[in-house]
Amino acid sequence: MARIDVNHVRHSYLPNPRTDADFALREVHHTFEDGGAYALLGPSGCGKTTLLNIISGLLHPSHGQLLFNGRDVTNLSTQERNIAQVFQFPVIYDTMTVYDNLAFPLRNRGVPEADVDRKVRETLEMIDLASWAKKKARGLTADQKQKISLGRGLVRSDVNAILFDEPLTVIDPHMKWVLRSQLKQLHRRFGYTMVYVTHDQTEALTFADQVVVMYDGGIVQIGTPAELFERPRHTFVGYFIGSPGMNVVPVAIEGRTATLGSQRIELPGVPKASAGAVELGIRPEYVRLGSDGMAVSITKVEDVGRHKVVRAKLEGREIAAVIGEDETVPAEPKVRFDPAGINIYADSWRVEMGA
Amino acid sequence: MDKTWNNKAWFLVLPVLVLVAFTAVVPLMTVVNYSVQDTFGNNVFFWAGTEWFEELLSSSRFWEAMVRNLVFSFIILAIEVPLGIFIALNMPKKGWGVPVCLVLMSLPLLIPWNVVGTIWQVFGRSDIGLMGYYLNAIGIDYNYVQDPFDAWVTIIVMDVWHWTSLVVLLCYAGLVSIPDAFYQAAKIDGASRWAVFRYIQLPKMQRVLLIAVLLRFMDSFMIYTEPFVVTGGGPGNSTTFLSIDLVKTALGQFDLGPAAAMSLVYFLIILLLSWVFYTVMTNYDAER
Repeated sequence: MARIDVNHVRHSYLPNPRTDADFALREVHHTFEDGGAYALLGPSGCGKTTLLNIISGLLHPSHGQLLFNGRDVTNLSTQERNIAQVFQFPVIYDTMTVYDNLAFPLRNRGVPEADVDRKVRETLEMIDLASWAKKKARGLTADQKQKISLGRGLVRSDVNAILFDEPLTVIDPHMKWVLRSQLKQLHRRFGYTMVYVTHDQTEALTFADQVVVMYDGGIVQIGTPAELFERPRHTFVGYFIGSPGMNVVPVAIEGRTATLGSQRIELPGVPKASAGAVELGIRPEYVRLGSDGMAVSITKVEDVGRHKVVRAKLEGREIAAVIGEDETVPAEPKVRFDPAGINIYADSWRVEMGA
Repeated sequence: MDKTWNNKAWFLVLPVLVLVAFTAVVPLMTVVNYSVQDTFGNNVFFWAGTEWFEELLSSSRFWEAMVRNLVFSFIILAIEVPLGIFIALNMPKKGWGVPVCLVLMSLPLLIPWNVVGTIWQVFGRSDIGLMGYYLNAIGIDYNYVQDPFDAWVTIIVMDVWHWTSLVVLLCYAGLVSIPDAFYQAAKIDGASRWAVFRYIQLPKMQRVLLIAVLLRFMDSFMIYTEPFVVTGGGPGNSTTFLSIDLVKTALGQFDLGPAAAMSLVYFLIILLLSWVFYTVMTNYDAER
């Protein structure tokens, strides 16, 4: 186990990067604490897999440094870093049996055969493939194969960290849930440092203690699931997390009041800065639909089961509100914004509000 | 499963059957016809029964040619397959080197076989050939026209030059189909270069290798043009393979009966050996 320091790391796939746009990873400076469960969350192409491959040593960063427990490992090979990594698509050695597949990383490191046997049996129990041990890996289903890939990561107990690169993409929804809770359990039991890359917010929020949200080659916010939900630091986090995402509308600020068209909205405090493009963000969960407040025109009501999502137009802006399953939409609908859920953004970054 | 049996469907394969009959079955039957008869010209044939077959199978000339063929096939497979794999492994996987290597590799395959023979026939001559002359110049006594060993070396080197590319291209096709994730996983698992070859690359190449071995075996067992051009079967009979012997019998001596019998035996041998090869290798595949 190790603490991993990513020290001002930048990476470009081009030989001579010039502008920021040439960098797949613009700059990442972050510490993954020893024994932490982290999720790297972001849309495709935001650089999360690049960051993962830099940590595991499959990629050498263009700039910056990587430390394991304070030791510089930037120039060490993958093997020397002693990292386990599970890939998006199952990688199995299909001429080997399931047992030999799991034993492979141990045997390559010259672990005595008695220990290999013990570890492999333990891991087979863990991933629930004990009865398949003697079978050829070739004939397995996609999720069994992916379990083997997972197993090869878990079989080495001395790894510095286990990295997952969207490992559950090919797995059935039901198995996804099972495997994810197994991973979570393993984490609690053995305290591995785990970094889990995904673009699925549910996966990230349920797996990790700390979610690292990446956007356009950089980290935009690091926080617990609750923090990401309540106080998105960047409008992107607001959009990306939550279903539907946060409502973001351009406003003008004057003291404690925000003006949106002809509407005036009371703020919970005075924003500390209001230069640049100022926007107000509020999650649909904090938009109250009723018979007082600002008049809106309803465009659509989506019943998603547990609750309803109301799509409406406020001063020509699309907004969404979440209402209970049994609530009805009033004849002359109006909305109020719950002050507890209001965030103010200047140039897309959140600004604090004073009393 | 409930399938509807409808014999009318046979009409759909009729065109193919007719075509195959004319291109393969009819000529083959002609050969069968010749093989059981004797002729002294004027298109007059006499029934000969199994005489030609008996004569053939008891002739030492036939068995010697057969052994030469088998030895030749074995040697070139033993060289071309490992060499082909080795070259394929070392070919670039991306960048400008890929088209360059592919073109270089395809060149020998694009040259007509008799031209390949002619190239090496000249190349190896000890008086004017680039290779032959300089080998002699540095003190190696090399003369494929007189020395059976030199003749064999020439033909084998020629075949390796001509056909290793085929093995290379097939293996390369197998190699490039391996996703990067496999190599990355192997790095994570701490696999050695040998382990990567043994457990990732070789299994992925296995199917194409099966095809490569089969093709190279059949082709080398039927080899005719190149040795015919280079050595003409000599010196003596040292490079007379079954096919060369067959042509000598059929066209040199116009012994149609014995030549037809020989063709059929030759055909059956190839069929049998190919079947054995294929069965052994696919069984091996299934076992693993």
